[in-house]
Amino acid sequence: MTDVVMPQMGESIVEGTLTKWLKKPGERIERDEPLFEISTDKVDTEIPSPAAGTLAEVLVEEGKTVGINTVVARIDEGAGAVAAKPAAAAAVPATDPLPPSPPPPPPPQGAPEPPPGPSAQGAPPPPEPIEPKPPQEPGDKEPAGPLSPLVKKIARELGLDLNQVKGTGAGGRITKQDVEAYAAAQTQPAAAVPPPAPRPETAAPAAPAAPSAPAPVAPLPPAGQAKTRIEPMSTMRIKIAEHMVMSKRTSAHVTTIHRVDMTKVAKMRERFKAQFQANYGFGLTYLPFITRATVAGLRQFPLLNASLDGNNIVYHNEIHIGIAVALENGLIVPVIRTADEKNVLGLQRSIVDLAARARSRQLKPDEIQGGTFSITNFGSFGSLIGTPVINQPQIAIMGVGTVDKTPVVIDDAIAIRSICHLSLSFDHRLIDGALADQFMMKVKQVLEGWSEEVL
Amino acid sequence: MRNCRLRQLGRIDYASALELQRQLATSRKQGTVPDHLLLLEHPHVITLGRNGHLENLLAGDHILERAGIAFYPTDRGGDVTYHGPGQLVGYPILDLRDWQRDVGAYVRALEQAIIDTLADFGIVAGRIPKLTGVWVSDRHTQAKIAAIGVHLSRWVTSHGFALNVSTDLTYFQYIVPCGLTLPVTSMAALGIRATLDEVGERFTRHFARIFDFEMLPGASLAAA
Repeated sequence: MTDVVMPQMGESIVEGTLTKWLKKPGERIERDEPLFEISTDKVDTEIPSPAAGTLAEVLVEEGKTVGINTVVARIDEGAGAVAAKPAAAAAVPATDPLPPSPPPPPPPQGAPEPPPGPSAQGAPPPPEPIEPKPPQEPGDKEPAGPLSPLVKKIARELGLDLNQVKGTGAGGRITKQDVEAYAAAQTQPAAAVPPPAPRPETAAPAAPAAPSAPAPVAPLPPAGQAKTRIEPMSTMRIKIAEHMVMSKRTSAHVTTIHRVDMTKVAKMRERFKAQFQANYGFGLTYLPFITRATVAGLRQFPLLNASLDGNNIVYHNEIHIGIAVALENGLIVPVIRTADEKNVLGLQRSIVDLAARARSRQLKPDEIQGGTFSITNFGSFGSLIGTPVINQPQIAIMGVGTVDKTPVVIDDAIAIRSICHLSLSFDHRLIDGALADQFMMKVKQVLEGWSEEVL
Repeated sequence: MRNCRLRQLGRIDYASALELQRQLATSRKQGTVPDHLLLLEHPHVITLGRNGHLENLLAGDHILERAGIAFYPTDRGGDVTYHGPGQLVGYPILDLRDWQRDVGAYVRALEQAIIDTLADFGIVAGRIPKLTGVWVSDRHTQAKIAAIGVHLSRWVTSHGFALNVSTDLTYFQYIVPCGLTLPVTSMAALGIRATLDEVGERFTRHFARIFDFEMLPGASLAAA
């Protein structure tokens, strides 16, 4: 058996992310044939096999970041292994460094992915989320297998006893994630560590654009062809069309727009963005802050959280916020239940989860029903201000414009602030402008005065 | 001093440049050609790195198609990026075993060559720790002026950098959420008028100095 280790790609480089296995366990590999790919610092590198034989086991899965010299695989040189052909082997894979990609694995059930727009960005690749898998060898009390230098270093720095750490790597090996998880568990109550989000992107790179439904929008045909083309609307499109017209016919739509200074929220977001990626596997967008502020407004002005039933006003004592999610050829409004019980983290998690499952069509029927108020974030597509249509039978809907640095006048001086336009379309049958604007002023006040410490 | 052949390819589509890189990298691994520096410009194209997040591509296929933008998943490092006219693209095909076996050092050296090039035009540029690329202070924020993404196979490099000289920055709207990430900029946006040839010439000098190369005159495209 030959151990294959994460190579050191440079002096300052202490770890690498295993991005792709080019061979599967059981497959033959020649010496120097590319075996896996790693990523360090915007450089992707193919790593050749140190030996000829059969790939016996893979110890580090794709997407994991491990310290240098960590054993990532074992190669069995015995039995079926043919004598290496050193000279010829070097030339074999050289013509095409890219093996045919295997079909991308389907995303795990309910795997969250960043919602569209704001959260999709985030420059540094996210560190690994902590993954509390059950240990493979529960009885094993001693640290199993060799410890990577990185693990030792982290344990030393944090003053941890590695005997207390359960290894979740192959053969119970202690990984960097295990140490970090253990350290996190030491500093906060276990319940406070929410189940982490698996990283979805391992599946993404292999798939070119539009993995599911191809966009139905055809480019304009060249001149000279037929002047029209007829295509039936999808069921979803028909439902959307009916709902929109019904809503416009039902409610007396009025839209009011407020300019909100998001500078404090932007600072909070900058501050916690990386930490969110590191701890939970998703970024931090403006949307959960806006949702939180909206909830505060709805609490103070419950009429905005109501609906009309004939001539009766139905007050909803719970706040369920619908979040509009753009799909390839339509939209859907999944609901964050009891949004008033969630903090920014909880809201962000719900948004990421619902958006991902909306796109992979894995929402359950009750997750798109029962909303008491909706938010639509067209700002993620660059829109400044919109006048959204009310999601019936709700009474109002909040539209979120893009957050842009803008010159504004403060105390007779011009300052640069992160400005966002929030628009509220409300049903004038029940809500008057004065109430709508009081509600909006409350939302604005919460966002503009966001306390530095509250998430 | 080692030799490096300079090839100025003018405007060349992404697929052709990729194929040329593959051929050169293969030959470089076999030791049949010296190190190369390819300087060129691409027509509109959006590329996705091996570890890129498709979510960072905002526009759907049909929007890109109508805007006349091609889309390529590639094997380089880094995320989604845009290339287009007015952008100086450099693809060094180097065997790092002849220089330093250190990907970090290589990326920092590329950044340095770009920083020194910009300095020749009076632009102060620098690095942001952990955000590979070259950055400038633009008004009150930091803006990215050059992107870097590298592929390495047996220590032979391919792909490289893209420096915005007079790039139409509106095309970046297709890949980054509006206003919510650090912006991109160009030399032109900073008030510096220069042609790709002028910038390429300065870059080549700094590149040669930093990697200790003697640059060989470029062969024409036909003599590949």
